[in-house]
Parts: sequence; C-alpha cells; structure tokens
Amino acid sequence: MPLISLTNLHKSYGQNEVLKGISLDIEPGEVIALIGKSGSGKSTLLRCINGLESFQEGSILVAGTSVMDSPNQLRLLRQKIGMIFQQFNLFPHLTVGRNVMLAPTVVKKTRQGEAEALAREMLDRVGLEQKFDAYPGQLSGGQQQRVAIARALAMQPLALLCDEITSALDPELVNEVLAVVRDLARQGMTLVMVTHEMRFAREVCHRLVFMHQGRLHESGPPEQVFNAPTTAELQQFLGMQ
Amino acid sequence: MMGFSTWDILRDLILATRWTLLLSLGAFLGGFVVGLIVLFLCVQHRVYIAHLARGYIELFQSTPLLMQLFLAFFTPALFGFNVPAWVAAWMALTLWTSAFLADIWRGCAEALPPGQWEAGASLGLSYVELMRYIILPQALRIATAPTVGFMVQVIKGTALTSIIGFVELSKAGTAITNATFEPFTVYGLVALIYFALCFPIAMGSRWLERRLNAAHLAH
Repeated sequence: MPLISLTNLHKSYGQNEVLKGISLDIEPGEVIALIGKSGSGKSTLLRCINGLESFQEGSILVAGTSVMDSPNQLRLLRQKIGMIFQQFNLFPHLTVGRNVMLAPTVVKKTRQGEAEALAREMLDRVGLEQKFDAYPGQLSGGQQQRVAIARALAMQPLALLCDEITSALDPELVNEVLAVVRDLARQGMTLVMVTHEMRFAREVCHRLVFMHQGRLHESGPPEQVFNAPTTAELQQFLGMQ
Repeated sequence: MMGFSTWDILRDLILATRWTLLLSLGAFLGGFVVGLIVLFLCVQHRVYIAHLARGYIELFQSTPLLMQLFLAFFTPALFGFNVPAWVAAWMALTLWTSAFLADIWRGCAEALPPGQWEAGASLGLSYVELMRYIILPQALRIATAPTVGFMVQVIKGTALTSIIGFVELSKAGTAITNATFEPFTVYGLVALIYFALCFPIAMGSRWLERRLNAAHLAH
C-alpha cells in the first residue's frame, strides 16, 4: 500500500490552473525527485501533500488519512510528514535546541528531559549537537538547514518533503546539506524532493518525476529519465541543465 | 474672597491628576485585553470573522474619540440606564485603545515572514499553539516600543473625557480657571503636568525600540 497517494489532483489560482489532474503513488522508503522548469507546479504539488496549499479536485491520502479532512486530521497528518523549506524557516527567537524540541513537547506532549535527549540525538545526526544553545542567526545557511532537518526528524515522520532545500544556499554550503539527505535516503526514509540538483537526484533517487505545465509529463528510474528521455519537453529540459 | 496661590492651584491639579492616571491605566489595561482578543480574531483564517474584526478597528480609528465618548455616555440613557461619567469614559477609552493596539499588533504579526506560520503548521501545531509559541513572542518583541508609545495617546485622550463631566486633570483645570480667572497659569500648569507624564513614557518607548531592535539583530 502506498504511503502517499495522489489521485487526479486539480488546483487553480483563479483562472490559472497550475495542477491539471495529477495522480502519483509513493511507496514507503521511496526517494522521489520532482523536476521541471519553474512554474511547472512541482512546489505547489509538494505543498498540497501536507495541506499548506488547498486544491479544488481530487484526493490526497497519507498513510490512510485524507488531507481534506478536518483541521484535527490535518494536524495528525502533519505530524507524520515533515517538511523542509527553501528558506529554512527556523524560529529565530528560540535556540537551536528549542527549535527542535518545540513540536515534540507542544504537539506530542513529550516530557522535557526526553525531548531534550531526542533533540540532541537528532542534532547529532546532522552533525550539529554542539550548537544546541546557539541561536539560528549565529549559524551559516547550511547549518540552519541541517537544524531544520533535525527539527523535522524529531517528530519521527514517515516521510519528508523537501522544497528546493539547497536553492538558498551559497554553493560551498550545498554539499553538507545534501550529505545529510543522502544519509536519510540510505536509512530508508521516504523522501519527496523538489530539486534542481540533477546530479544529486540521479545519484540518490529511485524515481524521477518530470513535471511540465501542471502535468506529470514523464517519470521513471534515473537512468531511464536521463539516458533515454522519450518526450521532447524532457529532452529540452535536460539539455538546459 | 478667598485667594488662590499658585501653590494651591498646583496642589489641586496634582490631586486631579490621580484620576487622569487611573483612567489612563484602566483604559490601557482594558484596551490591552480587548485588543488581544481583536488581534486573535483578526489574524485567523475564517475570513468573515477577520473582516468583522477589521471593521471594528476601522470603526474606532475613523471616528473622533469625542463622538465615541458622547455615544458611550448618552446611548445607555436612551435605554433608561444612567451610566456614571467615569464608566462611560473608561468604556469608550478601552474600546478606542483596543482598536489601535490590535492594529499595531496586527501589523507586527504580519511583519513576520509567512514561512514562520508554515514551518509551525507543518510541524503539526494548532493555531493557538502557533500563536503562543511562534508568532506572539516574535510579534510582541517588535510591538513593545509602539505599544508603550501609544500609552501617551491614551493619557492625552483622557483630556477629552472632561466634556462628559469626568473630573480629571483638564476638567479640574477648567474649574480652577473659573474660580481664579488665571487661565494662563492654570492651563500652563496643566500642560506641564501632561508633559511630565508623557515625556518619560515617550523616552522609554524610544529606549525600548533601540534596545529590542539591537537584541533582535544580534541573533
């Protein structure tokens, strides 16, 4: 049974239809990259999965829970699905440790001591345990993004959504973040990422999904997509990279 | 005829200042609580309630405080209730203050990047948890200086309540002028007392602004 299941998803902003009937099943442990030109709808699609964007038609099921259900259902669903953003979105008024501890203590009612141990473990996983008491503003962009990953992991999600998580980083900071994502993929985390890092996508993903004008245009394992693209649009897109 | 020395005038004015202070404080506290409620209604996602809260803010910001005082004083009388001047003054000033404070705070809450809301929501926080742990702590830090600064407006606003018969500093000034025929001395002293109340608050607000902004940048 797929972990995430999208069926005939339609979304428009006013007259402008940005998702034109998307169906996609994502299995547990699968690592998927959504690729395509900007404006092709890939970020919107990702944001629909945890209900940050609404949609007009179709359905999204995550581990059996529908995104369209009540606000309470949506909150439960969001506890199972972590999200990492392009702009990190750490909470600047809280220390690194508090950033990671906040959701476990507030949402899951984990006890303070337990939450701290968990936060230290997750920060250790991204190599930043020593920054526990620092504030986000004192960290580099790459470090901030790794804290954001630790923050999402602390909720022990079934899957992570990554929305262009290296696009706001200086080139020399990209690799430290990708290394963390690579480890997660190896450990069997389900990952859905929107990315422009084609080499990385090719290396870690099980499946690439090429989006074009709001549709799933072509998809398949990386070798097939890169070596034998069948549609003219994908060929053109890969040629630009 | 009994004479008034300047000292007598000053003493009477300072006694009346108690009521100005009490009314200001009461209005500020009331306005703080009501303003917080209006703010919550204003920034939540049910659009019609948010519109209602916006309407409330606009209503009080776009009509003179004097009219609001008249309405608070005379409207209950229409229904047979006799409201004492201090109650009408306190209620009108509370509502007026709440509208302005809610608007100041709304601006501060909206100044935060939308990513803060999205990050909190995607971690599974409820609306109230989001406000409590993420939005308000940051918004209140930005809002502290303008909120304290608004206290000056409240204090000066209390002067208008003299018109519905509440005896505070301005009303006392008028009464003493009528008895002494020394308007320049009396109103000069009244102005000085208002200045002595408001100036330190304005300075405090500016100090807070520098201090909190500096702390924010150091993050």
